[in-house]
Amino acid sequence: MVEGITNILVVGIGGQGVMTAAEMLARTAMTQGYDVKKTEVAGMAQRGGVVSSHVRFGPKVYSPQIDPGEADLLIGFEAAEALRWLPHLRATGVAMVNTLRIAPPVVSVGLYDYPPDPIGELAAAGIEVHAFDAGAIAEELGNPKLVNTIMLGAISDHLPFPAEVLKASIVEGFRAYKPKLADINAQAFDAGREAGHAKTVSRRSAA
Amino acid sequence: MNAVVQAKAESRHLLSGNEAVARAAWEAGVRVAAAYPGTPATEILENIALYPDIYSEWSVNEKVAVEVAIGASLAGSRSLAAMKHVGMNVASDAFMTQSLAGVVGGLVIVVADDVGLSSSQNEQDSRYWGRFGHLPILEPADSQEAYEMVKRAFDLSEEYEVPVIVRMTTRVCHVKAMVTVEGERIEHPAAGFQKNPQRWVMTPANAKPRLPLMHERDRKFRELSETIDLNVAFAGSDHRIGFVTSGPAFMHVRETFPNAPVLKLGFSCPPPLDQIRAFAGQVDTLVVVEETEPLLETEIRAAGLDVRGKDILPRFGELAPNVLRPAIKPLLGEPYEVPKRSQASVFPRPPTMCASCPHLGPYFALSHIRNLNIIGDIGCYTLGAGHPWNALDTCTCMGASLSMAHGMDKGRGESDEKKSIVAVIGDSTFLHMGMQGLLNMIYNRGNVTVLLLDNRSVGMTGGQENPGTGEDLHGLPAPRVDFAKLVEALGVRPERIRMVDPYELPTMVKLVREETKMEEPSVIITNRPCSLTDRFERFRSYAVIDDKCTGCGNCIDLGCPAIFVARRETVTAKSGKSKELVFARIDANACTGCHMCVETCAPEAIVQPQPQNRVIRIQPHG
Repeated sequence: MVEGITNILVVGIGGQGVMTAAEMLARTAMTQGYDVKKTEVAGMAQRGGVVSSHVRFGPKVYSPQIDPGEADLLIGFEAAEALRWLPHLRATGVAMVNTLRIAPPVVSVGLYDYPPDPIGELAAAGIEVHAFDAGAIAEELGNPKLVNTIMLGAISDHLPFPAEVLKASIVEGFRAYKPKLADINAQAFDAGREAGHAKTVSRRSAA
Repeated sequence: MNAVVQAKAESRHLLSGNEAVARAAWEAGVRVAAAYPGTPATEILENIALYPDIYSEWSVNEKVAVEVAIGASLAGSRSLAAMKHVGMNVASDAFMTQSLAGVVGGLVIVVADDVGLSSSQNEQDSRYWGRFGHLPILEPADSQEAYEMVKRAFDLSEEYEVPVIVRMTTRVCHVKAMVTVEGERIEHPAAGFQKNPQRWVMTPANAKPRLPLMHERDRKFRELSETIDLNVAFAGSDHRIGFVTSGPAFMHVRETFPNAPVLKLGFSCPPPLDQIRAFAGQVDTLVVVEETEPLLETEIRAAGLDVRGKDILPRFGELAPNVLRPAIKPLLGEPYEVPKRSQASVFPRPPTMCASCPHLGPYFALSHIRNLNIIGDIGCYTLGAGHPWNALDTCTCMGASLSMAHGMDKGRGESDEKKSIVAVIGDSTFLHMGMQGLLNMIYNRGNVTVLLLDNRSVGMTGGQENPGTGEDLHGLPAPRVDFAKLVEALGVRPERIRMVDPYELPTMVKLVREETKMEEPSVIITNRPCSLTDRFERFRSYAVIDDKCTGCGNCIDLGCPAIFVARRETVTAKSGKSKELVFARIDANACTGCHMCVETCAPEAIVQPQPQNRVIRIQPHG
């Protein structure tokens, strides 16, 4: 493992904005002078499949992929997806999870079960878990698409650069392309940041 | 406009490999670019299309794309053709001979291998084409290299008058990484076609004298490979193992064994065997790390060198660090145990058709009719093989459905005697390579029922245009093929050409039933657009009235991802048999109001509630 690399895994389902969130993290890391690589496995994700986006940054990044057990941060846009990718998180890692549950047709028709308590299972693994209903916050703010910014706000205090840098990067992006959405995204970021602090399910077990 | 299109010299950008190829093509003065969409190469042409100085098109298939590029090259223009690995099979007829004749304007074929099979039907290794077609291959390892090597490829192509292959993989095409954009576009005006039949008319008499020239070119490339700066040796402090590698595998090797010497081959075909021999002399053990086939390894071994490779490394899939570690560590005498990690047991989330997908209707029909052999093709409709339809029996390659169905008809076994043969193909795949199969079937008096699912897009790759959509690569109006007239012209009787709205389930089922009973070929053409494209019109969503739902489960059989099982109940019927009832619920956010499920519901429990002010929808995302 190359020294000084931050590994962030963003996971969810096709259509949730996972790749957009990862892109935001990658672009912001770039502005901080890091070498950056971002990759995803999303072959047929548009059709409801699993999406995982790997973001790696540091002084020099070779392989774009995060190995199992090497992710520092896991951002889960859906509860069961966060659990699916748990083996990728290192023991000292942090999981930031949206409690949204989306059951695919194979679960809906009874071929498989949705895990009864994915957040509990994550917490039981001894990692630091923060979980909250990002959709509810987005609803309160009046736009369900804000989940993306809320999740980024939530993880922002765990990055190797200040949360404000990520916030500015997101808000400026909106100001340039969709100015009407800039202020509401700033609010969403702050609300996510607060939720990330407040909704702590488990702390790392002291080792 | 896209930021990189306006990028200034010496600026840094976060670009995918595909975006980097497009930028490089523009800077290299490319004047003509052509492709057929295919993961992971699709975005190359989509990005080239952003540069107004380049004429770019979606060609109907990869062979056509390469031929367009060859024609442009002969006119003196720099040209590029891009495709996924299986596209090379289709295109090969063109470049295998053009390799002999050569090119004028630089001609680069960018091929993207889907190592790891994220969205393909096989995992073939395109590096064989370099050996087979006597064409040099450049292999970038990341976006920066893709950018640099595409530009180099054009120079090499013109200097040696040969098409040059740039071999990418999914892990280059779709990885975003830092690229320093060096300069602006350098124009290479077309000199115009110079007539020269001995050179361009490949009859045996003209082709024969080209053979020694081609082998002489091979010799020059072998020399060039020894000295070109794309083949680089990285010194390392730990000489126990030295790696020979290329493409993204190089990144994985550097990541995993940062202190090992590495010989990185950017110009990998023909390989620099003398350089490899010298490198081998400096290390204890030589290991080749290559995705997918043991190609370099075989050539190095044939050169008389001791080498390890596929005896310890997998012959398929990506050679990521977690694959390299357990394979290589034992060679170093460092036993390696794969760390035990609790494997979370989470249900699979297989790709599925979308809410209001126009393929749902045809598959509802196919899954409700017995005694069919259903021969499939490449596209979203391949998902019909999955749950809940289980109504697709084969998928091989672009256009194969019609010809394979014809063969299955002609080669019927006893058990197939009472079965009807159905071919399922989409609009774009039909135009790519399917038409010929239909023509062949008609000509040879076959009997297949063809479902031509016209959703007016190349759906699986993200809704690109084709000659059936009425628009071109740039979204501009284009002549639109008339499928009914086309299949009639190929010889299908007008009575057997049936146009149908796939959302009208009863008609859909009735038509398939009728046509599969016919003793002659039929073509059933559906006419609803892909629900992820702008052509799709969204309506108000539906909901299930709980009191009215009887739990019959018919709507669930449709396979629409907006319809969920609300609850199950086991009841005892009058006959005394127990029966499971399945009560449905519709996700209002996902439902687009296509109305298909309403037609499955006898008790009329599915209704459109009063309009709501806000429509919530998860936006599809590539």
